[in-house]
Order: sequence, then C-alpha cells, then structure tokens
Amino acid sequence: MADDVLRLTMHQAAGLLRGGKVSSVELTQATFERMRAVNEQVNAFITESEEEALAQAARADQMIADGEENPLTGIPAAIKDAIVTKGVRTTAGSRILEPFVPVYDANVITLLKETGFVMVGKTNMDEFAMGSSGENSAYGPTHNPWALDRVPGGSSAGSAAAVASGMAYWALGSDTGGSVRQPGALSGVVGLKPTYGRVSRYGLIAFGSSLDQIGALTRSVRDAATVLQAIAGHDQRDSTSVPIEVPDYNATIGDGVKGLRVGVPREYFVEGMDSDVREAVEKAIAQLEGLGAEIDTDVSLPSTAHALSVYYIIAPSEASANLARYDGVKYGFSYDEGGSMWADMEGTRQYGFGEEVKRRIMIGTYALSTGYYDAYYVKAQKVRTLIRREFDAAFEKHDVLVAPVTPTAAFKIGEKTDDPLQMYLNDVLTIPVSIAGLPGISVPCGFTTADDGARLPIGLQVIAKPFDEATMFRVAHAYEQSTTWHEEFPPL
Amino acid sequence: MTRTATRYETVIGVEVHAQLLTRSKMFCSCSQPTPESPPNTHVDPTCLGMPGAMPVINRLAVELTILSGLALNCEIAAEAKFDRKNYHYPDLMKGYQISEYDMPICTNGWLDIEVDGQTKRIGITRVHLEEDTARLQHAKDPSTGEQYSLVDVNRSGVPLMEVVSEPDIRSAEEARAYLQALRRILRYIGASQANMDEGNMRCEPNVSIREPGAEFGQKVELKNINSFKHAFDAIKFEEKRQAEVLDSGGTVAQETRGWREDIGEAVPQRTKEFAEDYRYFPEPDLPPLLISREWVEEMRARLPELPDAKRARFQEQYGLTAYDARVLAESTARADFFEAATAGGSAERAKTVSNWITGDFARLLNAENAEIQNARVTPESLAALIDLQEAGTISGKTAKAVFEEMFALGKAPGEIVKEKGLEQITSSDEVVTSVEKVIADNAKAVEDYRGGKEEAIKFLVGQVMRETRGRASPDVITELLKEKLAEKP
Ligand SMILES: [Zn+2]
Repeated sequence: MADDVLRLTMHQAAGLLRGGKVSSVELTQATFERMRAVNEQVNAFITESEEEALAQAARADQMIADGEENPLTGIPAAIKDAIVTKGVRTTAGSRILEPFVPVYDANVITLLKETGFVMVGKTNMDEFAMGSSGENSAYGPTHNPWALDRVPGGSSAGSAAAVASGMAYWALGSDTGGSVRQPGALSGVVGLKPTYGRVSRYGLIAFGSSLDQIGALTRSVRDAATVLQAIAGHDQRDSTSVPIEVPDYNATIGDGVKGLRVGVPREYFVEGMDSDVREAVEKAIAQLEGLGAEIDTDVSLPSTAHALSVYYIIAPSEASANLARYDGVKYGFSYDEGGSMWADMEGTRQYGFGEEVKRRIMIGTYALSTGYYDAYYVKAQKVRTLIRREFDAAFEKHDVLVAPVTPTAAFKIGEKTDDPLQMYLNDVLTIPVSIAGLPGISVPCGFTTADDGARLPIGLQVIAKPFDEATMFRVAHAYEQSTTWHEEFPPL
Repeated sequence: MTRTATRYETVIGVEVHAQLLTRSKMFCSCSQPTPESPPNTHVDPTCLGMPGAMPVINRLAVELTILSGLALNCEIAAEAKFDRKNYHYPDLMKGYQISEYDMPICTNGWLDIEVDGQTKRIGITRVHLEEDTARLQHAKDPSTGEQYSLVDVNRSGVPLMEVVSEPDIRSAEEARAYLQALRRILRYIGASQANMDEGNMRCEPNVSIREPGAEFGQKVELKNINSFKHAFDAIKFEEKRQAEVLDSGGTVAQETRGWREDIGEAVPQRTKEFAEDYRYFPEPDLPPLLISREWVEEMRARLPELPDAKRARFQEQYGLTAYDARVLAESTARADFFEAATAGGSAERAKTVSNWITGDFARLLNAENAEIQNARVTPESLAALIDLQEAGTISGKTAKAVFEEMFALGKAPGEIVKEKGLEQITSSDEVVTSVEKVIADNAKAVEDYRGGKEEAIKFLVGQVMRETRGRASPDVITELLKEKLAEKP
C-alpha cells in the first residue's frame, strides 16, 4: 500500500474505511510496515503490539461492516507508555518498570476500546514524563522525524514522532507542564491538553498529580476534538475528574472566529525567543485577524515569569510521593543483590531510576521537608492561585489567548542535557497553562530553517477558559483550515 | 530521704485506632477482609499501589467518623482534607499513607469516664480517617535457613479512624475507663466492633510523669497493646519505671516502648537516630472533603441513645440501681434485651429481668464466650419464664434449671416445663399423700420432732421434696407436715 494513505488525518482515513476503500486490517498492516521501515531511526515505540492490533483491526472491520463504526473505529493509534494497558507492557520510559505488565486498563483505554480503535504500540517518553526532549528515556532518545539528530520534544516524544512520521494516525500523550503541546509544536503536529479534570487520570502513571492530564497528538484539530470527545467525561474512579457535561465539539468546530476576542499576552514573547518563531506566531495572529477575530495585544499576565519556579516545586513534590511506590517489592524491576531487604529496596531505586527522575525526587523531597515546606510548597501554591486569578481576569475580556508554544524550534539531541535549567526553560510558555489547569492546544504555524539547513516546525498555542475546549477548537480549526502547514510531512 | 513514686503525677494521652464497620475499604471497592481471608484475596490496583491507580473516598467511612465525632461531642469541620504521609516500608504499598494531617473531620470534643464513682471529663483532641497498611509475615526457608518476608495486602486500605485524647488522663485506672467508655460508644453507634484482642481496636498510650504543677515530662509511647489489661499493666509498669529513673537522678528518654506480656515489661522498641520527617502534603488525588451542615444534622438524627443517657434513663424509668443500669447499658444488645424482656413492666419486673441478665444469663454467656445478641434465649422467652415463676407454676429453683435448657436448646420455657412435668404441685392432695408416706416411713425423725427437736422437720421436708421431685413449694410442705405431726399418732 502506498505511504500516502498513512499521511491522512484520522477523519480522512475513517472516510476510506467507511467507504470500503480500505480495511482496518490493511491500514494496520501498512502502519506496521511503516514502523519496520522508519522506527529504527525514530525510536518512537518502546513496545509494539502487532498481534493485539491486528485482532483489534479485524474486530473493527466487523464493526464497520455492521454499521456500528465511529471516526475512531479501526484507525491505528499509539498510546504513550505512561498510560496503563491491560496485558501490554507499560514502562513509563523507566527501567524500574521494564518488566511491568498491567493487570488493568486505564479509563481512557477502556473508553477507546469501546470505539473499536486499534492500538499499535506504546510510545517512548521521558522517564515518568520528566523531560522536554524525549532524551530521558531508559529506552534511548526519540528522534525528530523532521531532523533525526534533533529532539521531537517531550515528554510525549514517541507519540508526537509517531504521528508526525506516519506510524500512527493519532496518539495519546500526557501533559504535566507542556508534554503534549511542546512535542506537538516541535514535531509539527497538533497537541491537545484538555482542562485539568476533563479526562480521567485513572490509569495514567502519575508524575505531578495536580497537573497531569491526558491529551492527544493528531494531524488535525478536528481529529483532536474527536479523540477528546471519546475520552472526556467524569469517571468516579478519579475524584479529580469533573462531573460536567461534555459538549459536542464537532457541532461548533466550524463556527469560525468572527467576533471572537483573542488576547495576546505580552509576557509570552520572551527574551531569547527565536525570531522565526516570533514572526511565525505574529503572522498566525494576523491571519486570525484576517479571519474576523478581534485581536487585543494589550494583555498582561505579570506572574508568568514565576510559573516555572512554581512548577518545579509542585510537580517534583508530588512526584517524590508518586514515585515512592517503586521499591521492587510488588512489581517491576527488583534489585536483589543488596543482601538485605532495605538494601534491595534502595538498590532498586538506585539502579531503576534515571538521573533526571532522581534529581526531581530529591528536589521534591527537599521542598516538602520540615522547615522548608512553608517556604517552598505552601508559597508555590499561593503563587499558583495568583497565576490562576490572572488568567481568570484575562478571560473576562477575551474568549481565548494565543501565544507561542516554545521559544525555539527543535534543538539537537544532547544540546541541553548537561544544563537542566536550559532544558526547563523550554517549557516556560506551556507551564503557566498547566499551573492554572487550563485547556491548551498547539497547532502547526510555520517552519524555520536552522543553521544546519534543517527545516523545523513551529507551533501556535491557543489557550481557553476552563472546560471551554469547544471555543479553543473553533479558533485552532479556523486557523488550521486557512493554512497548509498541517499538510506538510517530514521527508523521512 | 527516699523519694517515692507517689510524689509524681502521671500524665497520659491515648491514641486509639478503630477499624470501621464499612463493607468496602477506605479508598477502593475491595471488600474488607476477615481474619480468615486467605492472603491477598481482598486486593485491587488501588490498595496494591499499582501505577496509575487512584483513591476514592468511602462515604460511609466519613459518615461513621462524623457519627463518632458527634458522639464524642466534637466540632465537625465544614471542610476537611486528606494528606499524604510519606515513609518507606515494604508494607506500605504506595510509599505513603493517606491520612488527615491538619484538617481532620472532628476536633475538640470530650468523653466522660467514671472511676471510683467519680465522673471525669477527658478531652478529645481530634478524630480523623486514615488507611491501614499491609501485613508482613516473616518466614525462614527450612532447608537453607534463609529468612524472607511475605506481604499480605488484604489489610492495605482498610479504613481506620483515629481518636486522639488530650493528655487529661492521670492513672492506669482512668486510661482503662477511657478505653472502655470509648469502646462502648463506638459499638453503640455501630462504627466499629472495637475488639482489642482481634486487632480492630488498637491503642497507644503516651505516658509521662511530673511533679504536680510542673511542666509535662518526656513522654513514652507504648505499643503492642492488645487488651485493656495490657494497657493497664503497661501504664502501671511505665509510671513506676519513670519514677525510678527520676528518683535515681536520671532523665526519662522520649521513646517508643513495646509491651511484653510474657515478661511484664515495656521494652524500648527502636531509637531513631533522627526524627522521621513524614513530609505531609495535601493528597492531590482527592478534592477537599466538604461537609455540609445538612449532612451533619442528618448524622446527628441517626445518632442512637448513648450509654450515659441510657444509664440515666434506666435508673429513672425502671428504678434500677446505678450499678444495674450501668451493667445493662454496657451494650445496646444487652440494653435492648432488657427493655424488650421488661416490656413496660413494673419496677419489680425490671429488677427481676435485670437479675436474670446480670446473673445466670451472664454466667452462661461468659462460659461460652458468647454475646447476648447471639444467644438462643429471646427477650420473649425470658419474659415467659418469669411469668411462669410469678404465677407459681414453677419454683425459683426449677426456673433456673429451665433457663439452662432454654439457653442450651432455645426452647420455649412452657414447652420445657410441660415436657419434663416440672409444674409446681398446687393441689395439696398429691402433697398430702407424700407427707403421709414420709411420716409413715421415718418413725425416728417423727419421734424426734414430737420429742421437741424441731430441727428434725427439715429432714422430713427434704424427704417430701424428694418424693415430689421438687415440684412442691417447701412452705406448703412444712405447713402440711406441721399439721399432720400435730395430729395424734
Ligand atoms: Zn482494593
């Protein structure tokens, strides 16, 4: 089968399936052929599940034949390895979970199985989602399909790279501080982070529990809306999922931007930002204006600069507790040469966790310690409230905010690994949205040519009010449909 | 001059953990295990601490805690929250325990206790919810001698309610009374079975001593206490030990000691090089627990009559003594049995029922280590037995025998009396015949009596009793005998 079919959006492929032009089994086989051809270079997958995928595809074909399909039915998709899948190994990118096969499905997987989706594998990621480049994986770095010596962004590195390179039509990721939006931007695909509480976290391996949210990487805004439609909603097993209605996104996605009030927060055009990135985003904003949106550039979110500090206290604090369960006693990697129970538990963590994970466990442990708790954790929570209020105020006058996703395009593998702070700064434009629990989406908005000649994607971030993903999709979709950036495919 | 222990005042605070009577665990839908449950059969991803699993608050556990708080005169928070208490131990599945740190559900209550007829009010600092841990079993490979540990996760996530008292307790006797009063209340409201020997109620007393009026001394936390007696003995031991330390010029170390029943001593458990830092922070997987005033009032309406109120009412309504009222109000089952068997009867009737319950009934229950609610005797059958006795159908002695039958077999008293022919002989014909026979057969005793030895009549009464198999009243027999013996031979 021609690779062309692998470049379609989920909705386009679903049209072919529905029209009987191609079967799900054929799409799935083509996807695995593509994986065999390019995954060695991209390293987007930790675990491939071909056997299960083909069985799911056969069932999907039956659903289509019975007229019981929906846009997700039979479409090959990839799942970030932070989401537990019953019977399919789930590592969270860590050695400590190398042999771990979950006994249950995450809530999102249960919902997706009902749609008849096809899961082709579990994608590579920064260990426990701690990273912005995909380099912190125990299974090797993921490579950016646009330039293989560059990072695809992280932590949902494999999910972004798989969707960008035709190894999956769409993928689930998780976003704690930008882990879906940032790799979306750096890999040239759509990256959706829903409102905190919109999608059940039951079965998402926790990193920063008050920030984590499952999202999607897709080839179009409409696909992202369709995936959210399938996985959103209250789940009684996740007490932080919110019991409010999920609107029909498809019904309003084409309503356009005419009259919508779009704010541009000035703090998001940071010092040191790449001029091509700035230019591409400014052009995109002008494009929205041309489509009828009311642009307001006089918007200020003064606490933006503090969001990074807040994030690097709250997320590691929560992570230090979330990762305490990995001690080799119950599952996963278990060190057994310590000579005693305690030495084995320590050895499990010493050899099972990578450097970045250990660094964040230590930061979090420190921040929660007696004598430091008030100065760090409590203060961070107060600033968090402040950041939320600033967004609330901005949304009194604006329907959405738009901004860049990252200060620069994809950087080289190894470029920032020695300097954690430089690495952390890559998330400076996505973290505030996570801190405030807002929905955000990144949409391809252009390219930049790097010094080495690499042509690299740039992303536009659209941010909306809590639980107002519908308006966010409208804006992102209207912009996307007025451009061709999303139709470009890496040369791989 | 030798100092004596009596110059010190003992200061005790008690932490009690009670396992709540919910069907499911604290944060998952697993059913609660029983002591007989095979290892690791009441588990799921949440209580196993599997990656990605999340907790959900058990509403009934919260309600039982609110009920307990109300029964202990606490303030019920409008907003409470759960926190993570972080420490590593192989029996702690998540590496943290979900507990309530600084915003517990209940605070600032009290419980009245009675020691030597004196009532004393003990402050309750707080009542909060948390989860139990798994259990480690240490084993040894018989062939290699290698030691290893097994983990039974059944108890992981079992709901525990912690009741913390103020340091208002001043003696082992008061501590025991406090524990008994607390147990009584928890059982009354159906919050917990509160059996210390079965481990569903555990207590950790903190004991220190001081010269009266002085600052609090260093406190010693006592663990491994599995009965009220352990608590009592351990506190007695500890106050004496601490006094000896101070008297010999030493200082009491703040430490944890474990009670060793076998040697009758509390021995140091572990001295930590540094205090454990639990790094509490709000549980991000659970939103704050909002407790509306409507909910609290709903719970208050569900609160049953509590032990102290019941005792007072029993004295007032049935004219019982303070002692009887207390014994009957010990458990709702006993109190309910008493009221059902008395069924609006007179004070005299109430006293009779009370005597049965606290006397023969209690003795038989004790012998079988059974509870009144599981007895085969019903309030109705006890009432029927008392009716038979009051009507003179059976004697008091017969009634006791009939009760033993009722207790053993659960039969109705009327049935037993009829089956065994135990009715008291009321027609004197049959007695007269027996009296005449006994007089004829016992010439010696008759002669003695007639010769002025009045004692001899007792023997004759006994003989008639034997003839009538105990069914005749001794008074009637004595009267008839006197009558017959007065006749000329
Ligand atoms: Zn469970």
